[in-house]
Amino acid sequence: MSTTTNLTGGKPDVSVGHFGEYGGRFVPEALVAALDELAQMHIQTQSDPTFIAALDELHRTYSGRPSIITEAKRFAAHAGGARIILKREDLNHTGSHKINNVLGQALLTKRMGKSRVIAETGAGQHGVATATAAALMGLDCVVYMGEEDTKRQSLNVDRMKLLGAEVVPVTSGSRTLKDAINEAMRDWVTNVADTHYILGTVAGPHPFPTMVRDFHRIIGDEARAQVIELTGKLPDAVLACVGGGSNAIGIFFPFIEDTSVRLIGLEAGGDGIETGRHASAISGGRPGVLHGARSYLLQDKDGQTRESHSISAGLDYPGVGPEHAYLHDIGRAEYRPITDKEAMEAFSLLSRTEGIIPAIETAHALAGAMKVGNELGPNATLLINLSGRGDKDVETAASYFKNLENLKM
Amino acid sequence: MSHLSERLAQLKSENRAAFIAYLPAGFPTVEKSKAAIEVLVKNGADIIEIGFPYSDPIMDGPIIQEAADIALANGAGANEVLEILEFTTNLDVPAVVMTYWNPIEQYGISKFADAIKSANGSGVITPDLSLEEAKPWINESTRAGINNIFVAAPSSLPERLNQVASACSGFVYAASLMGVTGTRTSVSSSAKELVARIRETVQTPVCVGLGVSTPEQAKEVATYADGVIVGSALIKILLEQSNFETGLKELATLTKSLADGIRQAR
Repeated sequence: MSTTTNLTGGKPDVSVGHFGEYGGRFVPEALVAALDELAQMHIQTQSDPTFIAALDELHRTYSGRPSIITEAKRFAAHAGGARIILKREDLNHTGSHKINNVLGQALLTKRMGKSRVIAETGAGQHGVATATAAALMGLDCVVYMGEEDTKRQSLNVDRMKLLGAEVVPVTSGSRTLKDAINEAMRDWVTNVADTHYILGTVAGPHPFPTMVRDFHRIIGDEARAQVIELTGKLPDAVLACVGGGSNAIGIFFPFIEDTSVRLIGLEAGGDGIETGRHASAISGGRPGVLHGARSYLLQDKDGQTRESHSISAGLDYPGVGPEHAYLHDIGRAEYRPITDKEAMEAFSLLSRTEGIIPAIETAHALAGAMKVGNELGPNATLLINLSGRGDKDVETAASYFKNLENLKM
Repeated sequence: MSHLSERLAQLKSENRAAFIAYLPAGFPTVEKSKAAIEVLVKNGADIIEIGFPYSDPIMDGPIIQEAADIALANGAGANEVLEILEFTTNLDVPAVVMTYWNPIEQYGISKFADAIKSANGSGVITPDLSLEEAKPWINESTRAGINNIFVAAPSSLPERLNQVASACSGFVYAASLMGVTGTRTSVSSSAKELVARIRETVQTPVCVGLGVSTPEQAKEVATYADGVIVGSALIKILLEQSNFETGLKELATLTKSLADGIRQAR
């Protein structure tokens, strides 16, 4: 169902996508007709058996759903002995949760009779997923990527090109994800007649935050049943990394009514909140409007967006999805910063204890699990969204640890 | 009635379109942008549109993006926008501010409307404030006695176009095409059609912006619109000319020929 979070404290309003005071629609008028069409299409297809069957088949026969859960016993020893259960979105085709949303939106694109898709990407995971779906469904595809990110995630640039997509390096502003979204918006305003913008996270104007969440809630729906089957009960806490917040809202959403379950989002703390060099919109920002919606964001006194900083390209974004802002304000979810250093320690630890190299984005959630596990102790069960695999990060990690060794010598 | 509305009514009685010239506040610096505005006014601009430089201008093409980046790097913010607005209105020319929404929200909606009014600004153009979110702003701008100007697009469906146009005071900003600001080789045919569609629903003057860069294009638009908005073409001169004084001379020449084109249209 396409409803907004229904808890006390806010007024869910499906028609314009408000989550309390957050969300909404702040866009050039040229996009309104397309957003209205998209919102209507989303609501229709949510209860359309043909659409549901088509998406379900893609999940089963293409991306490999349901994704499994893995109990991380050796890693758990470093997390206060708590029971650690990983939801393996890294095993999806293309290597992250991003494919869930992309397949849904690509099907919608076909339904709307559009022939071209555009996307923004930070780490490249959403760009790769979009390029993949475009190849599968015969759509033209252009991916906007900050020039800075094309360097630190060059493997994914090559993957997108192999898949037939055009990758446009964005040289404006901070040359990262925020600017890639600006450029995608400009393309969309110009080409909206034949182009759908496959936004990759739960941010942006209505209906994106609601729609992208609905395409990702399958993560939480599956995981909730799998954890209950394995342990006989609900987990004590669910953890996920938060940049824009798509993997987090996907796993959180089905647990929102389970008030005994703590929902913990881990933001990119960069060098530490106190240094100002971070990407923690909730922990270190305040409400404002960016990219079409009201939410927490990093900004100066005039409302100019501040540049974010994170070792993880996928979390290097100064905003956050509006539903997270709402869940934070009503106290249903908690958001904590994880520094680059903490994330890289968890990255290394999971690789060495479980034989799973996570994405650096995901490593923030794992670092959070180490902290929360130590706080809650051995009787606790933690469910962590292992949102992506770390192949794309091998170079970044190698140079990070090499520098670290050089420092020690 | 705002100074803007008075001037548009006066020009209508003279049977010609208004020439509305856009510059970002503080580009390249506060003092230089004042000098540029003086040049615009002396050479035939009827109304000045002052841009609030913003970090994420999704409706703007590369020229205005670059100008905004320069203005921001040189410290332009709300105070500078208001200072330049007051400077402009002191030249006895109607002036409006164009700003993305977040700077207004962060300044304080009510406070911003009052500040525009006390600088004798006529109104504010809000290119990313969708109607669904606009009620607090419409209330405050109306209370403060300034115009609120929204942008209408060729893609707007009839009912929606009516709502957007009806919400405007001062003028309706008709986006000439589907796209962002910038220079174009020709004016889209969708502009004339959009103006006609808006006129079917409201009496408010309709001014056309986006992609109008040459005297010929301005003249063409001036045959049917109440106002012609030019921005990127003016800024481009100042961006490309490394010597500011020479840039001002070139700006004067283009401004004058744009103004002449508009005056000869009907």
